[in-house]
Amino acid sequence: MPLQQKLFAIAAALVVLGFIVEMVRRRRLREEYAALWILTGGVMLLLALWYDLLVGITRVIGAVLPTTTLFLFGLLFLVVISVHFTIVISRLSNQVRSLAQELAILRLQGPGGPNTAAIRAAPSAGADGA
Amino acid sequence: MPSSETLVLIPAFNEEPRLPEVLQQVRQVAPRLDVLVVNDGSTDATSAVARAAGARVCAHPFNLGYGVALQTGYKYALRAGYRFVVQLDADGQHDPAYVAALLQAVEGADVVLGSRFREPGSYRPPLLRRAGMILFARVASMLMGQRITDPTSGFRVLSRRALQFCASDSFPVDYPDADMLVAFHRAGLRVAEVPVRMHASAESGSMHGGLRPLYYVFKMGISIPLTMLRREHAALEP
Repeated sequence: MPLQQKLFAIAAALVVLGFIVEMVRRRRLREEYAALWILTGGVMLLLALWYDLLVGITRVIGAVLPTTTLFLFGLLFLVVISVHFTIVISRLSNQVRSLAQELAILRLQGPGGPNTAAIRAAPSAGADGA
Repeated sequence: MPSSETLVLIPAFNEEPRLPEVLQQVRQVAPRLDVLVVNDGSTDATSAVARAAGARVCAHPFNLGYGVALQTGYKYALRAGYRFVVQLDADGQHDPAYVAALLQAVEGADVVLGSRFREPGSYRPPLLRRAGMILFARVASMLMGQRITDPTSGFRVLSRRALQFCASDSFPVDYPDADMLVAFHRAGLRVAEVPVRMHASAESGSMHGGLRPLYYVFKMGISIPLTMLRREHAALEP
């Protein structure tokens, strides 16, 4: 790999890593989601520094060009992360739904309401993470 | 504390014009039952007219959909200690005169559906929609081993066991339909049907318009097989 390419790849990986670390430091990104991105930045850096690894992987999966390997895994990664986000969004909307229902029940109006005496606390409201 | 063992549950979204009459009819046929209106984020005076008619009102902070509004009512009914919930629509398509018949049938069942197709005097939906209903009624009947004629009926009674099943946070809330009935059956809940008269609903709801029929067929086609794959484990009281 020409030196120019190598320098650019290393710089790109360092920028990604630096950005993630900074976001986590400022608490703009939660650690649980940062792990995946730090791993991504790490793999980018590793491949930039160790070109033979990329060539090796290319040979193992039977591809002809190392670029194919990069694009293939890049796409796969994007698919995986989209699914991950969909799962997270589903969980969040379930939690929002439960919260809105709790709120509606707690501020019940009408005969006998606000009817908190008749309402026991929900055993698992909002704690449903699965 | 509940003053009756049955709660009448009416989900309402922008039903200010029609809700008072429905509540008045409910009051006439079942004066002793508590009534809960779940206001699903209406932008009109739904809550005010419901309170004026003597109903309890639960108000969602924003619109969450028909199924979620029902579930809010189920959760309330469970915590307040009701034994049964009768649910009917706020738009007047369900005739409250049939509440007694539904409640009578729940003695031997956990879920009682009010079927418009068992009642000759009932309003019949348009052909295309009816074809979809009949198709999935057949599928549900086959999977459940009993004759179901009106799986989309929202006029129903649920026992406490059924409420517990429907109130779990993992329960998929949407319009009542065949997939839900199959889920009931697989959870060991007994389903029964009684004839009820339904009127044409004023087509204001999003339930019938536009691409709905298409979505309906699509959703059932996916949802029923998925329901069969899922293992139902509701925390049911014996």
